[in-house]
Amino acid sequence: MKNIDSFKYYGLVRELTLTDFKLKYKASFFGYLWSLGKPLMLFGVLLVVFTKFFKMGNAIPNYPVYLLLGIVLWTYFVESTFASLSSIVGKGDLIRKVYFPRIILTISASVTALITLLLNLVVVMIFMVFSKVSPSISSPLLLLVLIEFFFFASGVSLLLASLFVRFRDISHIWEVFAQALFYATPILYPLSLVPGELGKFLMLSPLAQIIQDSRYVLITTETDTVFNTLSFPFSLIPYSLSIVIFIIGYWIFQKEASKFAEEI
Amino acid sequence: MAIDRHTAIKVDNVSKLFRIPHEKHTTLKAAVLNVFSKKRYTEFQALNKISFEVKKGEFFGIIGRNGCGKSTLLKIIAGIYLPTSGKVKNDGRISPFLELGVGFNPELTARENIYLNGAILGLTRKEINERFDEILDFAELEEFVDMKVKNFSSGMHVRLAFSVAIRAHAEILLIDEVLAVGDANFQTKCINEFAKFKREGRTIMFVTHDMGLVENFCDRALLINRGKLSQLGKPRNIAYEYNLINELEKEKELAAENIGNEGNRDSNRWGDGFAKIEKMWMEDENHEQKHIFDQEQDKIIYIKARIKFYRTAENPIFGIIVRTPGNHDIYTTNTLWQEMETGNFSSGQEIVVEFALKNHLTKGDYLISAAIAYSDAKRYYDWRDNWYRFSISSNKISSGVVSLESKISILES
Repeated sequence: MKNIDSFKYYGLVRELTLTDFKLKYKASFFGYLWSLGKPLMLFGVLLVVFTKFFKMGNAIPNYPVYLLLGIVLWTYFVESTFASLSSIVGKGDLIRKVYFPRIILTISASVTALITLLLNLVVVMIFMVFSKVSPSISSPLLLLVLIEFFFFASGVSLLLASLFVRFRDISHIWEVFAQALFYATPILYPLSLVPGELGKFLMLSPLAQIIQDSRYVLITTETDTVFNTLSFPFSLIPYSLSIVIFIIGYWIFQKEASKFAEEI
Repeated sequence: MAIDRHTAIKVDNVSKLFRIPHEKHTTLKAAVLNVFSKKRYTEFQALNKISFEVKKGEFFGIIGRNGCGKSTLLKIIAGIYLPTSGKVKNDGRISPFLELGVGFNPELTARENIYLNGAILGLTRKEINERFDEILDFAELEEFVDMKVKNFSSGMHVRLAFSVAIRAHAEILLIDEVLAVGDANFQTKCINEFAKFKREGRTIMFVTHDMGLVENFCDRALLINRGKLSQLGKPRNIAYEYNLINELEKEKELAAENIGNEGNRDSNRWGDGFAKIEKMWMEDENHEQKHIFDQEQDKIIYIKARIKFYRTAENPIFGIIVRTPGNHDIYTTNTLWQEMETGNFSSGQEIVVEFALKNHLTKGDYLISAAIAYSDAKRYYDWRDNWYRFSISSNKISSGVVSLESKISILES
């Protein structure tokens, strides 16, 4: 609106992100390790369940790394959306008294989650070295997948953040929805175990596409991706969905943003 | 809408209508369930067709009673609210803050908060680095730079906030009652800083209740009353007008509060009820009923009470107590102490008792308690504690509760 050009809002995103990050890990001795603890714990439990009890993991080469990467990526999505959900409502005081583009608050919450993801990915790499998984030549492509992921997660985040201003039960609804989404995404099971048409349907989700693509470029080319699951025009659906969701989220957020100060 | 180069802010026909829903649906469930029910709103016209211009380098005051819309106006200028109709244009970088220390995080140290708050105010890291020492020095907080802000006193908090805020190099500053806090020493510093801004040709717009500040600093001031522009002009005239509005509103408030008097305040009442104080009011020397009296002009104040007897009473005692709102007795009198025979009254009889008092009170609010006692002064017919409120106004400054009407002279030794 006013003076956008003359303000360097980049600095504000950085300071807010830094603050979030600092506050999150300041109080505890282990700091960042805590945020690693949650996905690692989930990983440990699932690994035991799926390799020892169900023997499902045996079908996929390097199943442990495969699983860990899926969980780390999923954790980013959950962290980003839940942190963003309350990013506007939680900063009510600031919004009522200072003018700056409101989107900064939600974006910086997303960026905070992204930083955690990058740190977690380093752990995944270390894990890969220990399990003697040699990274494929296509690894650098992961960057492209992560960029898509950031836009997709931000789109969902913006949508949730603006809805939460009006509807405070969104947080509960989203919690349940996210739970369902976790099982509807091939994170702990290989897509090949899902029978025919349903498997193809699940692959339409950008989340499934992002996780499978990441596994493909980083761990093993034996991963099922959109391209070997869906035929050509359909294989573009998940990518387009990411873009569309970002545009919708951004559009709704900007439309609502001017009323945030009055509604909080 | 173009604005000429001498204008910093142009407010053109701005109105703001708040629609306050009777029931606010804050959940999706409620919104879905009530999708077909008619939504009912109370409309509140916070601002009504306000137009004015602020010139570059001007020190501009906005004055008005609580809830008159002045903060809403400032928020619209800052871009926090959108006006319902009308436009605001500005030329020059507007400081985006209205209150000090917004966005301070109590868990962070002063150092970290300077960077965070600076970023909120639009400064880059480099700019903050350059100003860092200056900020700390001005706030007088060098020793506490690594202390968490939650351990700061409120004075330290304000000093830090103000120091960061004034370093945000905005050309137009919007300030909402900031000088109400901080010690006298720091206030002087702030005022000097404002004077410096003024010399530098920056535009300052600020909202305040302090008429002294308005008269001393502002080039022009704007008075808003109930969302409408009431007057725009010289600070002295505006301050005078503001005091008038204030008294008028206060008179209304007091009248509403004292009317009927039945249980409208947490006033205690006790006694056997065989005689009752039905009504109470106050008059000036011209026997005009009012609630606000002037310290200089109203030399005598009349307190009157209508009393009705429900049984015969022999020589009852009538008395009053005048108290401050803090419940300190200022003056107590009654017919017994004044050795007055009040006479005998029969059941059903109504009388009016008048207390004429010399007005020695200073500016402020006062409460009256009234009582009727039996002639033995041990039992009460009716006691109405802190029942009636009135106010004394004055153009002159004095402090304390009682005006001892001093005359000061300088004598040769």
